[in-house]
Amino acid sequence: MSWLPQLSPFTVVLIPMVGAAAIALAARSTRAGFAISWLTSAAFLVSVWGLAGPVLSGDVIEQAVWEILPGMAIAFSIEPLGMLFALLAATLWILATPYAIGYMSHGGYSSLARFFACYAIALGAAAGIAFADNLLTMFVFYEILSVSTYPLVAHDGTDKAKRGARTYLALLLLTSIGFWLPAMIWTWAATGSMTFVSGGIMAGHVDPAAGSILLVLFLFGTGKAALMPFHRWLPAAMVAPTPVSALLHAVAVVKAGVFVALKLAIYIFGLDYLKTLWSTDLVLYVATFTMLVASLVALHQDNLKARLAYSTVSQLSYIVIGAMLASSLAAIGGGMHMLMHGFGKITLFFCAGAIYLASKKTRVSELDGLGRRMPITMTAFFIGALCVIGLPPTGGLWSKWHLVSGAYDSGYALVLAAYLISTLLNIAYLLPPVVRAFLKPLPSGESTGFKEAPWLCVIPLSLTALGTLVLFFLAQSSFELMARIFSGGNG
Amino acid sequence: MTLLELMPFIVLIPLIASGIVALLPGRILPWLVTLIAALASAVIAALVLPVAISEPPLSYPFGNWPPPFGIEYRVDAANAFVALLVSGMAAITLLWAPKRVASEIHGRLGTFYALFLLAVAGLLGITLTGDAFNVFVFLEISSLATYTLIAYGKDRRALLAAFRYLIMGTVGATFLLIGIAFLYMVTGTLNMADLAERLPELRDNNAVRAALAFIIVGMGLKLALLPLHLWLPNAYAYAPNFVTAFLAGTATKVALYVMLRFIFTVFAPDYSFVVLPLSTVLMVLAVAGMFAGSWVAMFQIHLKRMLAYSSIAQVGYMVLGVSLATATGLTAAFLHLFNHALIKTALFMAVGCVMYRTGSAKLDDLRGLGRQMPWTLTAFALAGLSIIGVPTTAGFISKWYLVLASIETGAWWLVVLILITSLMAVYYIWRVIEAAWFSDRPAGAAVVREAPLALLVPTWLVVALNFYFGIDTRLTVGASMAAADALLGSGVGLP
Repeated sequence: MSWLPQLSPFTVVLIPMVGAAAIALAARSTRAGFAISWLTSAAFLVSVWGLAGPVLSGDVIEQAVWEILPGMAIAFSIEPLGMLFALLAATLWILATPYAIGYMSHGGYSSLARFFACYAIALGAAAGIAFADNLLTMFVFYEILSVSTYPLVAHDGTDKAKRGARTYLALLLLTSIGFWLPAMIWTWAATGSMTFVSGGIMAGHVDPAAGSILLVLFLFGTGKAALMPFHRWLPAAMVAPTPVSALLHAVAVVKAGVFVALKLAIYIFGLDYLKTLWSTDLVLYVATFTMLVASLVALHQDNLKARLAYSTVSQLSYIVIGAMLASSLAAIGGGMHMLMHGFGKITLFFCAGAIYLASKKTRVSELDGLGRRMPITMTAFFIGALCVIGLPPTGGLWSKWHLVSGAYDSGYALVLAAYLISTLLNIAYLLPPVVRAFLKPLPSGESTGFKEAPWLCVIPLSLTALGTLVLFFLAQSSFELMARIFSGGNG
Repeated sequence: MTLLELMPFIVLIPLIASGIVALLPGRILPWLVTLIAALASAVIAALVLPVAISEPPLSYPFGNWPPPFGIEYRVDAANAFVALLVSGMAAITLLWAPKRVASEIHGRLGTFYALFLLAVAGLLGITLTGDAFNVFVFLEISSLATYTLIAYGKDRRALLAAFRYLIMGTVGATFLLIGIAFLYMVTGTLNMADLAERLPELRDNNAVRAALAFIIVGMGLKLALLPLHLWLPNAYAYAPNFVTAFLAGTATKVALYVMLRFIFTVFAPDYSFVVLPLSTVLMVLAVAGMFAGSWVAMFQIHLKRMLAYSSIAQVGYMVLGVSLATATGLTAAFLHLFNHALIKTALFMAVGCVMYRTGSAKLDDLRGLGRQMPWTLTAFALAGLSIIGVPTTAGFISKWYLVLASIETGAWWLVVLILITSLMAVYYIWRVIEAAWFSDRPAGAAVVREAPLALLVPTWLVVALNFYFGIDTRLTVGASMAAADALLGSGVGLP
């Protein structure tokens, strides 16, 4: 990909921000807003893939933007994990753009300029998190991401939407300012550094007792990773229009959370140091608990989006477990699951939105026979479900494979069992919608004619479903990319 | 003319100009002369600051009477920094003033601006002088001018607020005077440097102890340190918007400086913090102020009162830094002194812009205003980020140092308290944002236009400064460290 332009990381982060400003200035013309959205997501995609070339060939891209206080800077550097997260966000954004345009204009929503501007800012913030070279930079973009998505969640403007959005923002800010920020300052006071270094910066500076507390503060402070009891914001965020739930609350925001968890484990604590902390097991079992309980809750949700939301809570914990197992294999599996689950879950949300647009149905119990009216959507839903469950021929198989092997390698039998039980639960809550749609007859009185959502929505969901199938074959390259973290490549 | 000879003009220019301005006719001319005077004073202060940081204190004997016999202006990093803040904020708020004052105060403005200049000259005089009695004189000059300025408010409650401030302010000034008198009684000198030399011999003298207590209480009143804050909310709420914006950034800051000067230079910390349980008392009051101020702010429906209570909380942060009695804590106090001036001025300016169009600062009247006055309310939101302490804002830098200072002294629980009050700030700022952008305009509310550029540009200038000093910290952190050093320099050691 060396033929693509190579911009500096900060420029890449700024592209969506500038796009957002342009959308806001063009607020009068909806068409212009759409055009700028397209343009921005395309420019972002090209620039992120442009950075992928050098990273794949082992270069380290670093950029110090500004030093605020001595040793405390806004700086970027790109390592494989962040590259993967940015690629995921950029690729799915360009697919979500047509979907969002189709969904928002057919759904009769207003304030589209604010919507698309905030959408773009959120993506820029996600890139900022992905490329951050130190805790402070990460914190800044993490908070931008929280705040910029609030208007999106509250977009409907109803009291219910505002209540949900308030829960959303309150929990994310509370955890990040209440736990993450003091942990960051403590880290600085103890180690004199906030920079991400492969192998961690804690060892030798912070004794395991203090390190254990720091780990708890950091991991629970990362509210976006949705560890119980701080997971409530994610179901609350489901009041948002579906394009938000799809790209942000299945990909950008939640993946930012688990990305932060992985990044902290690998680059701040270091996997070897993690093994010496008593709280690693604590976080590990809290995540295991979250994974199982969220799956059980998902089983009982009749509202399709709520079911998917709890499924996301559960799947995020897979990745947190991957980070806390302190094995490089599990960490790589966690990184891969970020990618695979991103593609799978966005497909499922796209489908849920398409179903709502075409038939105004929001409940699983209403899906009977819908496979006949919306064959493309429901097929895509099936493929997305397979990917989230982790079945071939989708990419989800490989990420879960590595996660389970990692658990086996590090000898956590309980976690291993939990992984397997949770996968069974995934089947139990993700396949019934498909079964209902294809095997049950339509309720009497409904026309049997073919009625899909607008093509602007159907094409993206078909492409992401196709993506999960392609990832089945390309999974190895993402594994190799991340294996560099532990083999000494890319700093 | 050397810089040393130029230095007293920081005070003299506004003082002399106020006499001229009082006589000027009309509305534009008095403002123009006032602005020129404030700018000149700010420029000199800016020239003095780097010299004061890098070199020993500048000492200017008035009337060539050598200190300690005559009045001496003695400028080190600490007061040069505060002087730059006061004169700079005066100049910036003046840029904002004409349009805002036009709709609040009628008739000729000569007297109004003359009083303003007197208040500025008084505050600068307090800051620069090295003579304890001179502090009292300038304090009275600035206070009397301030009471009158507050009484200019359009709301009739402004009169009561001014009267209340007059009573409390006079009590405070009297306490200061009693304290100074005790010192004079036992030492026979009023020069601060001279006092600092003589007081160590009198460590066990009860009059000296009483003097310290009186001065701290007196300045605590002017500083609005809980529970001596009662004058502040109404004074800020009902004063003309321009006066509020200026006072919020400067008056309490200067009172804090005087308190620090006495605690650290005149009495020396190894006395102040030993003879009185000062560290504990200040810490308890600071924390109480942080909580009470933020708590009450969370439930105010009047925006200016909300910001006023928030100021009480912010004073708590500064005093908390002082109470730690370390170099980092003192640096944090000075940083927040400077940064909070920028933050609160920006917030009050934004509210002033809203009031200019809607005539109200009630939260309910703000509903849905985000679309009609986007620039004004965006300015408010951005300045709000700074008061919360979001990274890349000035507020973050001062909170960062405050938290570091707490960690250094091992006071972990303070970190928790600082974070909780920051979250409270998130709440009271968020209420405004949610009302402005996520609520519908009340039925029947008039459609208003964006505030005029004459108000917006200065407001955004201060907002931009909030971000500038959140990113480029060389000036603020450098000067604050130098200021802390200057104050601690005379102290032999810390308890």
